[in-house]
Amino acid sequence: MEAVAFFLGAIGALGGAVAVVTLRNPFYAVLALVVHLVFLAGIFLLLRAQFLAAAQIIVYAGAVMVIYVFVAAYVGGVEEPKWDSSPELKVIGPILALALFVAISIAVVGSSLTALGTGGPEDIPADFGTPAGVGKVMLEDFLLPFEAASLLLLVAAVAAIVLAGRRREDREGSR
Amino acid sequence: MNLEWYLVLSALLFTIGFIGVLVRRNPVVVLLCLELMLSAGGLAMLTFSRMLGDQDGQVFVLVVLVVAACEVVVGLGLVVAMFRRRLPLDVDDMKELKG
Repeated sequence: MEAVAFFLGAIGALGGAVAVVTLRNPFYAVLALVVHLVFLAGIFLLLRAQFLAAAQIIVYAGAVMVIYVFVAAYVGGVEEPKWDSSPELKVIGPILALALFVAISIAVVGSSLTALGTGGPEDIPADFGTPAGVGKVMLEDFLLPFEAASLLLLVAAVAAIVLAGRRREDREGSR
Repeated sequence: MNLEWYLVLSALLFTIGFIGVLVRRNPVVVLLCLELMLSAGGLAMLTFSRMLGDQDGQVFVLVVLVVAACEVVVGLGLVVAMFRRRLPLDVDDMKELKG
């Protein structure tokens, strides 16, 4: 049962990812990423990460993708020439990617993690991955990273206004 | 369901995102492919968290979610600024990031 759910989720996530890379219209690529993230949230559920699955759907597939859809619609019809970005990259890109995949696989197989080949420990706490469990760890052991993350969000919000907002000279020029 | 399947899926997703970053030219799509790589990293982190029976990895993924949101906001701010200045939306033509 779990295997069926995993392979369904994996096929959906991989299909969404491939569609993001291959679709030429940026708008459709954004929608493909939403599909990918929803399937990935299902896989998070299999890993007992209920809270992060919900956060993934609400924050990522919801809020962040709305910004993407907005920008893709705002920038609009930039027709990308097919795959002729640069001929060298077209050859080197997949080779590098294959090398990367092999490197990651070797790193995983050679890591001698004792849990490889098992389904993970069975005696995990009952609140594993629930909002209560994650919140307790986050606010007790990781309070400083949590506050740093909120500061980072503030900086990013200011940066977005500075970068994308109209400059004063632009506004005067358009009058 | 063995846990290495999750790691293999994570490696595949990361590789697909990597290909996208290298091959695509539209900055919006490059940012999308970066999201793919980030979410693949998050999947690996959750798998290790499940392997160890320890929730610390889940907090890491939450922080990665925040960092991804910041990256999106700044990156798309740059895209909008480029569009306003009528610069070509093509990462191959972006030779300099001068204001």
